Amino acid sequence: MTTDRPAPRVRRSDDHARGVALPGLLWVPAAAAFALIALPVVGLVLRADWARLPDLLLSESALTALRLSLETAAISTVLCILLGGPLAAVLARGRKRWLRWIRPLVLLPLVLPPVVGGLALLLLLGRMGLLGRVLDTWFGITVPFTTAAVVLAQTFVALPFLVVSLEGALRTAGDRYEAVAATLGASPWLAFRRVTVPLVLPGLASGTVLAFARCMGEFGATIAFAGSLEGVTRTLPLLVYLERETDTDAAIALSLLIVVVAVLVIAIARPRGADGLR
Amino acid sequence: MTDPWLSARVLVRRPAFTLDVEFTAEHGEVVAVIGPNGAGKSTLLGVLAGLLVPDGGEIRLGDRVVTAPGLHVPPHRRGVGLLAQQAMLFPHLTALANVAFGPRAHGVPRAAAEARARELLAAVDAADLAHRRPARMSGGQQQRVALARALAPRPELLLLDEPLAALDVDAAPAMRSLLRRLVRAERQTALLVTHDALDALVLADRVVVLTDGRIVEQGPTREVLARPRSAFTARIAGLDLVPGVALADGLRTADGTTVAGRLDGVAVGEPAVAVFPPAAVSVFAQEPKGSPRNVFPVRLAAIEPRGDVVRLRASAVPGGPGWVDGLAADVTPAAVADLGLEPGMVLWFAVKAAETAVYPAR
Repeated sequence: MTTDRPAPRVRRSDDHARGVALPGLLWVPAAAAFALIALPVVGLVLRADWARLPDLLLSESALTALRLSLETAAISTVLCILLGGPLAAVLARGRKRWLRWIRPLVLLPLVLPPVVGGLALLLLLGRMGLLGRVLDTWFGITVPFTTAAVVLAQTFVALPFLVVSLEGALRTAGDRYEAVAATLGASPWLAFRRVTVPLVLPGLASGTVLAFARCMGEFGATIAFAGSLEGVTRTLPLLVYLERETDTDAAIALSLLIVVVAVLVIAIARPRGADGLR
Repeated sequence: MTDPWLSARVLVRRPAFTLDVEFTAEHGEVVAVIGPNGAGKSTLLGVLAGLLVPDGGEIRLGDRVVTAPGLHVPPHRRGVGLLAQQAMLFPHLTALANVAFGPRAHGVPRAAAEARARELLAAVDAADLAHRRPARMSGGQQQRVALARALAPRPELLLLDEPLAALDVDAAPAMRSLLRRLVRAERQTALLVTHDALDALVLADRVVVLTDGRIVEQGPTREVLARPRSAFTARIAGLDLVPGVALADGLRTADGTTVAGRLDGVAVGEPAVAVFPPAAVSVFAQEPKGSPRNVFPVRLAAIEPRGDVVRLRASAVPGGPGWVDGLAADVTPAAVADLGLEPGMVLWFAVKAAETAVYPAR
């Protein structure tokens, strides 16, 4: 009887790995880069008013913003998976020639300033916008400055994160397993569900984490498209920005909260490479 | 006479390559497809499996037409299985789930599919691997499970794309005997792409030789390998081959050299090939005088140890006959030492006419 234990991993300790030496010069800029990332966070921690911290974080506006942020980011992440997953599959596997013109466009939200994205969304879905006018006059639906607008803004900016990492995973996995599945009698849909999706699960997981983190941090597109209405569209980053002017200590406390949430996200679902399965 | 069970006419045009073949196979027959790299073997299998759409042709399996102009039955509805060089087991599934995948895809209930999978795993001597994932199996074990997986949905036609090529010398014989037992003895209709004369002899009833996208010869395996008609087949069969035109007592090559040999079923003036075993070739450092043999100058291209003998591979000498390129001579290791052989040397190959068979090129 054999059990399905994982294979023993080869452990690489500092003592053993003495292959090609790392050029010593790399340590200096590497340390500078890490300092650039870590020191501002340290600054936040040092500057925080720890005595008032519980009051600041448990204030009603902070809790409301935190709940709104978590809820909208969760919904946006699900939307990213439901829409971005198929988009990644089409981009990775589709054989149409024009798809290669689509791919760079998908990266647009990644390189655009988010506030420009928010403005574009407003122009499309605003009451005078292309689509917004139709929604307003035919269905009486107004999107801007609602929680739905927050979700749309977050999905807009986070989508490329999921699409890019998932498409990469799909390309790395290749279509040879799908071909095998087909010769075994699996329809394309069955092969997709039983073979493709499990194979790219690590890529999907890391893409999801990245997308969620991006949603949590969204500011520019949200403020342009959804505004800053307490309890409706004022997410944590917007609250930090607002408090920064009036109550610096509150802004710092909220910033720390965001740091904690971000660290938790990384710790719980650390993006692993595509080697997670093996 | 009834129609053959499988009949295929396949035309694939690529910028630098055209595959244009027509062949048949009977139900339960194993046909080996051999040919040099780039001959179109994998393209042919891809078309048969339905993974590639050909530019033309027609493929009939039993009474079903699966490929025809304007008709392309997708791979999952063809009943054509595939076992490639790499096992390609699904890494996220156990051996059992891998083998049960095909039956499950065909709608067999889980319990029945797993029963069939267990049966096949036992047949490939992998029953104890049922709950292992591919990452924890050796290459040979993976390939055995992959064979079980390919057989599980009971394919009407099984395509074997160099199934032994990636296995090490210890695993290959076990896999070969499994294929003999489960494919040939079970009368599973199959197409086997291979580079190995032994695989063809052990596993195939017939052999088709593909070169540059065309079939250059075909027939019962033993016959084709014993009497090769193309340079590639001769090489696979371990024989030397010289093409030319039949004379009364031998053959004349394209450059006018005469190769003496016994004529066998070929009329004077017909395209013919002269074939002799490398063991019949004598090797000299100087041109032998007054010998009643075929003697030709060669440049020694390579020295390959082969068990008890050493195989000398020839290439053309400047100004000498070009057809000696690739000819082989088997000598003893002692002879290698006595002659002080090194690649690049100019040597003389000699073959007795009595050892040389001349028969039709087609």
